Amino acid sequence: MLYFTRWKAAAIMLTALIVCLFAVPNFLPDKMVQSWPKWAQRHVVLGLDLQGGSHILLEVDSNAVRKEKLESLRDDVRRVLRDARVGYTGLVVRGNSVEVRIREGSNFDQALEKLRELSQPIGGILGASSGQRSLDITTEADGLVRLTLTEPAITERIRQSVEQSIQIIERRVNELGTVEPLIQRQGIDRILVQVPGLQDPTRLKELLGKTAKLDFRMVDVSIPPEQAAQGRIPPDDEILYSSTQPRTPYLVEKRILVSGADLTDAQPGFDQRTSEPIVSFRFNTSGARKFAQVTQENVGKPFAIILDNQVISAPVIREPILGGSGQISGSFTVESANDLAILLRAGALPAPLTIIEERTVGPGLGQDSIAKGKLSSYVGAAMVIAFMLVTYGLFGLFANIAVAINVAMIFGILSMLNATLTLPGIAGIVLTVGIAVDSNVLIYERIREEVRAGRTPINAIDAGFSRALATILDSNITTFIAAAVLFYIGTGPVRGFAVTLGIGILTTVFTAFTLTRLIVAYWVRWRRPQRVPI
Amino acid sequence: MRLLRIVPDDTKFDFMRFRRISFPMSALLSILAISLYFFHGLNFGIDFKGGTLIEVQSKTGPADLAKMRAALSALGLGEVQLQQFGAPNDVLIRIAEQPGGEVAQQQAVAKVRGALGNEVEYRRVEVVGPRVSGELLSYGVVGLMLAIFAILIYLWFRFEWQFALGAMIANVHDIVLTIGFMSITQVDFDLTSIAALLTILGYSLNDTVVIYDRIREMLRRYRKMPMPDLLNASVNQTLSRSVITHVTVSLALLALLLFGGQAIHSFTATMMFGVVLVGTYTSVFIASPILIYLGVGTGRDALTAPERKK
Repeated sequence: MLYFTRWKAAAIMLTALIVCLFAVPNFLPDKMVQSWPKWAQRHVVLGLDLQGGSHILLEVDSNAVRKEKLESLRDDVRRVLRDARVGYTGLVVRGNSVEVRIREGSNFDQALEKLRELSQPIGGILGASSGQRSLDITTEADGLVRLTLTEPAITERIRQSVEQSIQIIERRVNELGTVEPLIQRQGIDRILVQVPGLQDPTRLKELLGKTAKLDFRMVDVSIPPEQAAQGRIPPDDEILYSSTQPRTPYLVEKRILVSGADLTDAQPGFDQRTSEPIVSFRFNTSGARKFAQVTQENVGKPFAIILDNQVISAPVIREPILGGSGQISGSFTVESANDLAILLRAGALPAPLTIIEERTVGPGLGQDSIAKGKLSSYVGAAMVIAFMLVTYGLFGLFANIAVAINVAMIFGILSMLNATLTLPGIAGIVLTVGIAVDSNVLIYERIREEVRAGRTPINAIDAGFSRALATILDSNITTFIAAAVLFYIGTGPVRGFAVTLGIGILTTVFTAFTLTRLIVAYWVRWRRPQRVPI
Repeated sequence: MRLLRIVPDDTKFDFMRFRRISFPMSALLSILAISLYFFHGLNFGIDFKGGTLIEVQSKTGPADLAKMRAALSALGLGEVQLQQFGAPNDVLIRIAEQPGGEVAQQQAVAKVRGALGNEVEYRRVEVVGPRVSGELLSYGVVGLMLAIFAILIYLWFRFEWQFALGAMIANVHDIVLTIGFMSITQVDFDLTSIAALLTILGYSLNDTVVIYDRIREMLRRYRKMPMPDLLNASVNQTLSRSVITHVTVSLALLALLLFGGQAIHSFTATMMFGVVLVGTYTSVFIASPILIYLGVGTGRDALTAPERKK
């Protein structure tokens, strides 16, 4: 056990050295590291609990997605049957299906044929091989056709919504000017947003929570909204309320003249006459054409600017707007005008998002946690080092060297993985110091025993190592299994703990099997000890 | 320099005789812990119960809890708990889950911010909606089960089934007692507590495995020694290591407990209890003697018995 070939010793030391070197960028100023190659710049990322920031988990409203998908299916059915000149009654959305009754005398088979074309293979051309389609179509004796959305079709639609939402959220969050926000999908219908270094996440949450669906629609002035609200709403209209208090009702047409999708730009600004904050916008070509046509036809009538089903303002069209640009005013503050511009530039979310989990740590608490983590690590390490020296003397020093290299290697591996260090993660490192010492204790106690059993010093050391190492392996694997499970089920800080604990176990086994042995082997070769000093 | 020896060489404590006391005692304590769990309950944190937790720091000296309580209870948010957290100007506010789904939770936070205004610094805000809390709890429980099962399988491969079973009984005992401890102290039971439980599981097994390794070695070497003597010898031989390792782990935990701050206080306190107190006791007084009852080593002196695997 104490003999190492020269190349083996070199390989061990080189491995340890390289791994330790990866930890270096963490301790140098950013400026110095920036000029290095990318792979060498890798470093430990401080978790949100240490640097402060917000962790927000959003969920796509899958019911809204389902509802929207069903409504567009209903519209498709209506269009298909009309185009085919097939008579029908009772076209409704029921549960997960759209139902329609083909009228007698119409060509039932031909209608069914047309409706079957609505069922698409899932996943476009690439997914066609899976054989799953978006609709299940069943018929009943009295001419009833039921088109049911399949589960895979809805899942696919939710997946697409999440993907689009992620892009839009990225655009919105980037406008906040924060450093390294993390936006990623979680599971099927969730999005995780992590933004470091925010003092107050209220604004972030407002930017995330708004769907930002902007419509321009005409206001119906034929009857007063109060009267319409009492039950006589024309079929093509609906009542919407203003976004500001008191909530004024407006009777607006359901038909959308121009939507936010036609915007190319939106900027905050000030009204030249009233110097109130406003948002000015610009349409793309088709949007500009539509807007020009509508304003030409409706001079003197009011139209409504509607954001997420709330009326922001309802100005009267004074003259045709032909240039394709305009402005929205409506009791904005400078900040809310700025936020609306951000939202309009980023685009509307395909479906509403709900915040289902939020964890925010202020920068002050983060600073405190770092300080406390450092202090407890230093105190813990100092106590363990002192105890080992008192208990094992020179061999205690060897153990301490091994543990120091061990901790450096943990940081090296964490850097290589660009892993996140959390407060529980620091606790994991401190505990690793405790457990790393254990491997040395196992070896040394075994050596003591072998000496008592009457072996010569070198023999005892040799036997001590070979017998203890099997035990070290067994005992560490059990802890590693616990760490692995923790990593798998944990999120955030808990996962950080699992990562450092798991890596700590790996480096502990490595140092026990190689470095500690190597150090002791060199010492034995050098001193040729007559007695074991422990 | 004379080196420190906490445990003298060649101790000959009769640990196995103590089993007549330790087994009934552990059984009693386990029953007590389980009844505590059912009748006193755990103080579920927002991770598992849903709700809101806000840590604020008063900017103007020590926080006036009575005034804050009055301001917050006027908001009609149901049960609002205030608690001093570490320093006198730190206050932890807990708000029970609001009826009305995910959106209602966010509105509650906004109301609190409105009521407390700018007199405080918001150091931490955690909001867990009803959907997430349910998932986190089931993940935690499943994780714990999975870990116990995975370790059982590993030990079964490395040792024999009796050892695996013995270790399992010992460690379920650890977990049960620790849960009892959590119930008495009413520390927040959250994701961190699951982490603590899993770590206790890992460490306690680590200890048990070290002693089992020695028992296995002794079984091969002394084919005629009676089991209680053999187990006693094994525990005594590894006693020095057990004590020294627990001293080092306790030193590390003590540093975390004293200087690690409030955020990980309950985590380290639980670990201290589980790893240092229960874990050590279990591996010596439960995990080892239980092997006698599980029939380890019977028939090994029969010459016709097939050679055990190496």
